[in-house]
Amino acid sequence: MYDIQSIYQATSVDDAIRALQADPSALVIAGGTDVLIKIREGKLAGCSLVSIHNLTGELSGVTLSPGGDVEIGPLTTFRGVTFSDVIRQTVPVLGEAADMAGGPQLRAAGTIGGNVCNGITSADTASTLVALDAVLRVRGPKGERDVPISEWYQGVGRVALAPYELLVKIIIPRDNYAGYTGHYIKYAQRAAMDIATLGVSCLVKLTDDKKTVDDAALAFGVAGPVPMRAPSAEAAVRGLPIEEAIAVIGKAALADVNPRTSWRASKEFRIQLIEELSPRALREAARKGGADV
Amino acid sequence: MEVGRSIPRVDAADKVTGRAKYTDDLCPHPVLEAAVLHSTIANGWVKSMDISEAQALPGVVKVLTCFDVPDIQYPTPGHPWSVEAAHQDVADRKLLNRRVRIYGDDIAAVVAEDLITAHRALKLIRVEYEEYPVALEPEGAMAEGFPPIHEEHPDNVLARMDLRTPIRGGEFETVEDVLSSPKFRQFQGHYETQQVQHCHIENPVSFAYMESGRITVVTSTQIPHIVRRVIGQALGIGWGSIRVVKPYIGGGFGNKQEVLYEPLNAWLTTQVGGRCVRLDVSREETFQNTRSRHPISFDVAAAVDEDGTLMARYCKAVSNQGGYASHGNAIVANAVTGYRQLYLDQIGHHAQALTVYTNRPAPGAMRGYGIPQCNFASECFMEDIAREMGLDPLEFRKKNAMPLGYVDPFNGITCHSTALRECIDKGAAYIGWDELREKYKNQTGPVRRGVGMACFSYKTGVYPISLETSSARMVLNQDGTVQLHLGATEIGQGGDTVFSQMAAQAIGIPTEDVHIISFQDTDTAPFDTGAYASRQTYVTGKAIKKVGEEFRAKLLSYAAELFPDADGLTILHRHIADGSGEKLISLADLALNAFYSLEHSVHITAEDTNHCKDNTFAFGCCFAEVEVDIPVGKIKVLRIVNVHDSGRLINPQLAEAQVHGGMSMGLGYALSEEMKFDPKTGRLLNGNLLDYKLPTAMDHPELKALFVETVDPSGPFGNKALGEPPAIPVAPAVRNAVLYATGVAVNSLPMSPQHMVEEFQRGGLI
Amino acid sequence: MIEILRCTVNNKPVEIGIDPRESLADTLRERLGLTSVKKGCEVGECGACTVLVDGEAIDSCIYLSVWAQGKTILTVEGLQDPDGGLSPIQRAFVEEAAVQCGFCTPGIIMSAVEIVGSGKQYTRDELRKLISGHLCRCTGYQNILNAVERAVNEAHKFVGK
Repeated sequence: MYDIQSIYQATSVDDAIRALQADPSALVIAGGTDVLIKIREGKLAGCSLVSIHNLTGELSGVTLSPGGDVEIGPLTTFRGVTFSDVIRQTVPVLGEAADMAGGPQLRAAGTIGGNVCNGITSADTASTLVALDAVLRVRGPKGERDVPISEWYQGVGRVALAPYELLVKIIIPRDNYAGYTGHYIKYAQRAAMDIATLGVSCLVKLTDDKKTVDDAALAFGVAGPVPMRAPSAEAAVRGLPIEEAIAVIGKAALADVNPRTSWRASKEFRIQLIEELSPRALREAARKGGADV
Repeated sequence: MEVGRSIPRVDAADKVTGRAKYTDDLCPHPVLEAAVLHSTIANGWVKSMDISEAQALPGVVKVLTCFDVPDIQYPTPGHPWSVEAAHQDVADRKLLNRRVRIYGDDIAAVVAEDLITAHRALKLIRVEYEEYPVALEPEGAMAEGFPPIHEEHPDNVLARMDLRTPIRGGEFETVEDVLSSPKFRQFQGHYETQQVQHCHIENPVSFAYMESGRITVVTSTQIPHIVRRVIGQALGIGWGSIRVVKPYIGGGFGNKQEVLYEPLNAWLTTQVGGRCVRLDVSREETFQNTRSRHPISFDVAAAVDEDGTLMARYCKAVSNQGGYASHGNAIVANAVTGYRQLYLDQIGHHAQALTVYTNRPAPGAMRGYGIPQCNFASECFMEDIAREMGLDPLEFRKKNAMPLGYVDPFNGITCHSTALRECIDKGAAYIGWDELREKYKNQTGPVRRGVGMACFSYKTGVYPISLETSSARMVLNQDGTVQLHLGATEIGQGGDTVFSQMAAQAIGIPTEDVHIISFQDTDTAPFDTGAYASRQTYVTGKAIKKVGEEFRAKLLSYAAELFPDADGLTILHRHIADGSGEKLISLADLALNAFYSLEHSVHITAEDTNHCKDNTFAFGCCFAEVEVDIPVGKIKVLRIVNVHDSGRLINPQLAEAQVHGGMSMGLGYALSEEMKFDPKTGRLLNGNLLDYKLPTAMDHPELKALFVETVDPSGPFGNKALGEPPAIPVAPAVRNAVLYATGVAVNSLPMSPQHMVEEFQRGGLI
Repeated sequence: MIEILRCTVNNKPVEIGIDPRESLADTLRERLGLTSVKKGCEVGECGACTVLVDGEAIDSCIYLSVWAQGKTILTVEGLQDPDGGLSPIQRAFVEEAAVQCGFCTPGIIMSAVEIVGSGKQYTRDELRKLISGHLCRCTGYQNILNAVERAVNEAHKFVGK
């Protein structure tokens, strides 16, 4: 039994927005895998909830827009992302990242929208979405607006959702994935049921001869308070032959990151992982792109 | 033969259908819910408590605090009681404590109509503390001026032990003389182990109510008869006025060889008029407020002659006891004794141990009882010596291992059987030791492989350190089958199945005709101290054998009445047969006669006690092949095998399964598990199953279990300890494999990634 | 506050009053007496409370009962065949000695039901991943994997015929 003051089950997105306006203290609950745990811990005990859990018709599923943008309903579960044909054909790295969250039961319940909205740096899909420069479409009483993911994360556990706003779509523009291959490394102590000590997502676009890095995106989880890109590492590898890029990307990334020491892992250890895993992620991404490395 | 058969578990069908009832499955509804208030300091006093708001909350039935409980200190470990005061367990806690000794200590309890109300009420209790500094390590607690955690022990040392074996040969007077003699190669080492937890998947829940003026507690325990005694002691009431019921339990591993919240729950029901109270212990409370494995640090030294014979060793162990004595010094005493016993010292051995109170959650019994700790020290040290001297690590161990016929000079425990050397050979052959050692020597590069091993010895039960006693009861049913009733407990290990096999063997009937009563109810179950110390197949097994033979004799005696002229009566294929093998009467018909005969009606039963006054050593080893990803500190165990000499196997398939579980626990101990604390506040940081790294199915390689069966002459069926041993040798085997792969000797556990990266940085590999 | 939950549990329609604050594990255990659904952590970390909701294994401790409206729920109690025989998966667990204390068993069996029901065959490593949402302290997962593998293979043979 959860210590919940009230729970309103919304019948549509607009109904959920109205419910949030009616009770400004209420929290949105989707898959429940984060919110219920916080209620039990006592952090959110006694809260009021607006449940969007059952709005799957409106908010779940992955589709391809006519222009080739990938549109992910935020209520799509991790599992739904991983097994989506659209994801497999367009951004398989995102499906692979989603497949590393928790364990199978959690992936069947937890949603990609929740993973993005909780604003946690270790969120398994976050670093890949950051690398992809995803766009987050939110809807509030005044309608919809698009937020680039680079402006989404405001601090630990804080995102750019205004009061009464809901995330309604995660968009990966075609230009951001077409021609790129990606690889995500979740570094954790366990191979399942764990949170990342470090998450590294690397996208790479190779030149036609598959020998040189045409463009690259490198993003981290747990390398700072929020998921982050590594712009100097990206700049450092652009135009380099792949092996050279692999050789420099780790050190270059250190200029971009700011991991902290917690009881889970020290800053020094995380830096070692960033330096070591960035080239590994680039190598795998390039290999997937057809490079002989 | 019933013993030696791989039959399915007698409880398997009930467990796969969900019919098997565990404590909470039996709880009546509605029930009053209890919740415990835990201190937010780790060391100090509760000066005052204001419960008025909590008491006023609708739905709260009662708020009880450390100011209300009986002024009785009681012991909690699951040891047999001793009638000699000097051997009794340390009584150092009350039901709720004003003197706060750990972060999260139990200081008040709420009984409410539902759990949400109970938790809301806890938040309304105002507590005023007097706060002392916090010591999580023995050095801090023993420092001059650190306040006594228990006033009975002003220096915070619970106990010290100093044991020297008689010195052999006339040349040296003391072990220290040998350890400073230039005649021998001299070695020193320092090894440390960490605090880990059992992580049985069922938390230790209980519910309690009163009936006919007596208290009933239904609880998830390994030791129902001991729980009954301790509740009596804690409440200051007659032990006969308490009834403890133990249903199926979701694992114990030693944590439930401790009396946990049962006394508090028993007391709470008495405070609410005997109404049923459930005390549902959360996972977080299980981590913080129940037992764990002691962190122990070892300083060791050895003198070795040039051909690799151990001449003398010294071992000093300091055990971190946390805030309460629990099993106290018994664990570290077992550790230094186990350290000594595995190998023979030609001249002598000196062991010192001390147990120190600190402000950590109190460790207690956990699978292996101090031996996984000492085995890490022992087997790392042996490896380091062999490496330094250029000795073959297998031959070095075999040469010095406990010989057959060894008699411990202090407790007299005798090596009645050993196949340790054969286990080592079998393990080496399985893993391909010689080839892998050759293949993996002198590697370079960031990813390297290695192979390592470790061996162990382990005694069977607690004799003669403590009492070993067990009773069994057998009752004939009208259809010729038998009820088997024991005080020994099934805790997941398969006890009920092998007990049934043993009874069948002793009586001469198929195991299918033995119906074991799985639940223990102290009102009706025969006395047995319970599941711990890998004792039950040995100690309870002896009771089963004795009673089975008595029961068989009664059946044959009744048959003799029916067939006065028959010779050589025996039991054959569910019948009484004569010496020629001719079947005279089925056991079912014999039973009907015995029940309903108008001439001589007798209800054939047998019940007896076996006071076990023997012990024996089990042995085994672990071999592991690893791959080390040096730059990121990851150790992957590629292959692993445990080989055990546990005497004769009662049920080989279940024995194998038992070994798998122990190996898994050993892998967690080696690589990932560790309770972490905030050094300032003493708060446990990772007391949940996300942050405490219990291995998942993806974290293990295939687990291989092999055996070398001996027939132990002291065992009831040639058998000896198996329950705990599989967890023992894994961590040092993995550590030694990492050493072979990288040349880096890791001397503290766990070998978690950050720790390994730091070790590799120190070793110049990163 | 009581709400009416209508759903299908173990192949039977169910209509019961629930407190909207209840987890599905609470409802199944305490209102429907389906005590195979175990609680080991209550935060979705141990997997002991796993049940199938519309065919997918989820942790019922972090799933609100109000979400189960109209859904189909399966627990271990619903697995035996009509005359009470064990299902092939249950039999595999018995015969492979995959059961020890038994507390994680019903949950893992429910994941196995989904795995076997997929009709696919899996490598040993894939099976490890598919059961990685369950913690077991007794078995090292070894015989559990053997049992799941056996059940998958048996079902595949059956489908293949």
